[in-house]
Amino acid sequence: MFAVVPLMSQKPKAVALISGGLDSLLAARVVMEQGVHVEGINFFTGFCVEGHTHAIRKQDRAKPKRNNALWSAEQLGIKLHIIDIIEEYKDVVINPKHGYGANLNPCLDCKIFMVEKAREWVEEHGFDFIITGEVLGQRPMSQRKDTMPVVARDSGARDRLVRPLCAKNLPVTMPEIRGWLDRDKLYGFNGRSRKPQMALAEKFGFEDYAQPAGGCCFLTDKQYAVKLGDLWATRGTREYDLDDIMLLKVGRHLRPRPNFKVIVGREEGENRFLEGYRKRFVHMIPRSHSGPLVLIDGELAAGDIELAARLTARFSQGRDAAQVTIEVKPVDADAHCLDVLPLTADEIPADWYI
Amino acid sequence: MSTTVVDARNLLCPMPVIRAQDAVVKLQPGDTVQVLCTDPGVVHDIPAWCRIHGHEIFKIDEQGHEIVIHICVGTGN
Repeated sequence: MFAVVPLMSQKPKAVALISGGLDSLLAARVVMEQGVHVEGINFFTGFCVEGHTHAIRKQDRAKPKRNNALWSAEQLGIKLHIIDIIEEYKDVVINPKHGYGANLNPCLDCKIFMVEKAREWVEEHGFDFIITGEVLGQRPMSQRKDTMPVVARDSGARDRLVRPLCAKNLPVTMPEIRGWLDRDKLYGFNGRSRKPQMALAEKFGFEDYAQPAGGCCFLTDKQYAVKLGDLWATRGTREYDLDDIMLLKVGRHLRPRPNFKVIVGREEGENRFLEGYRKRFVHMIPRSHSGPLVLIDGELAAGDIELAARLTARFSQGRDAAQVTIEVKPVDADAHCLDVLPLTADEIPADWYI
Repeated sequence: MSTTVVDARNLLCPMPVIRAQDAVVKLQPGDTVQVLCTDPGVVHDIPAWCRIHGHEIFKIDEQGHEIVIHICVGTGN
C-alpha cells in the first residue's frame, strides 16, 4: 500500500525516475516547483550505456566524464538512490510480455518494471507518488497514447504515477485530486520535438544537460543486439551474467567456428579490461610482436587453438611477418607458445565478425 | 567509529557507487569507508554521490591502476 495521505502541515513526497536525460530532470523540477519533496531513483540494469565504454577505452578517457543521473540530482539538489536490478531485470530481457522493439530492447516491459520497482520503493519508504519524464508520442513503444496507461496499470502505480511533462494529455492523477499538484502548472508536451523541453530547460536555467545520443541502453543498439543474439544462440540458452553482457561492450568479436568465438582488445584500455577475465577464459598474447590480448569463449576442438592463434597474430603488429609467436594460456594449465603464420585478410570471412 | 573496506575493483561505474552506497547506509555518522576501485570514473562519481547525500571524501589515493576513496559518513542531510 502507498503511504498514508500526509497531513496538511507535511510536504507530500515523490520519487522521480532519473535517467540522466533532460526529460526526467525537467519532470522532477516541475514537481519540486509545487512544493513537493522529491528524491531521485536510478536503476542499473547492466545494459546502461552510462560511462562504461568511456571507462574502458583509453582514447575516451580524456573527455570530460560524469554520471548524468548524479549530475541531474546535483542540479536539482536532491538525493539520488542508485539501485542494482541486474538479476531481476533478466526476466524482462529474456521474456518480455510485450515483445522487443527494433533490436533486443523490451522498452514497454522495461518501463513497467522500473515503475513497479519505484512503486515498491515508495511503499517501503513512506513516499506518496512517482514521477517520470515520459512524453506522449516521444517513443515508439513505451510512450504512446495506448501504452502509457498500460505502464500505469501493470506497474500497480495507477493514478499515483505522474508524468508532469505531458500530464495535461492524460487523465487526472491522485496528487492533482489531493491538491498537491496544480494541473495548470503541469505541461501538455506531445510528440518527438525537443523544442518544448529545451525551452523549459532554459526557463529553469539548466545548461550543459545530457544530449540524446542514441539512447541510454545497449539493447537498443543494433550491433550489441546481434552480439547478444549470437551469445544466446550458440549457448542454447538465454541465461546470462553481468560479465557476459559487459564483455559484449568490449573489443572485436569474431566467431570462426560455431563452438568458439574470440574477443580481441582494440587498444590498451580494452586490453587492460580484458586482463581481468584471464582466469576465466583461455587467452592468447603475441610475444614476438606487440598485439592485443585475445580471450577465447567456448570449447576448443582439435585445430581450433592454431586457428585462434593465427587470428591473434593477424591482429598483432606481426600481421605481415612469416611467423609470429603466440603465448597460449589455458584456464587450468601452464602457458605455452605457438609459432604461427598470421591469417591474411582474405582468410577472414566477413561473416566471422559478429 | 568503525572503518569498512569495500572491494569494487574490476567493477565499472555505477557499480562502485552502488557498493559504496550500500555500505554507507548501514553505518553511523563519523564511521569511515574505504572503497577500492579500478574504474577511473569513480573519482567523479563517488564524490558526486557523497555531495548529494551529505558525506565527505577526505582522501583519494591513486596507485598505478588502483584508486582508494576514503569516505567519512555524514548525517545524511
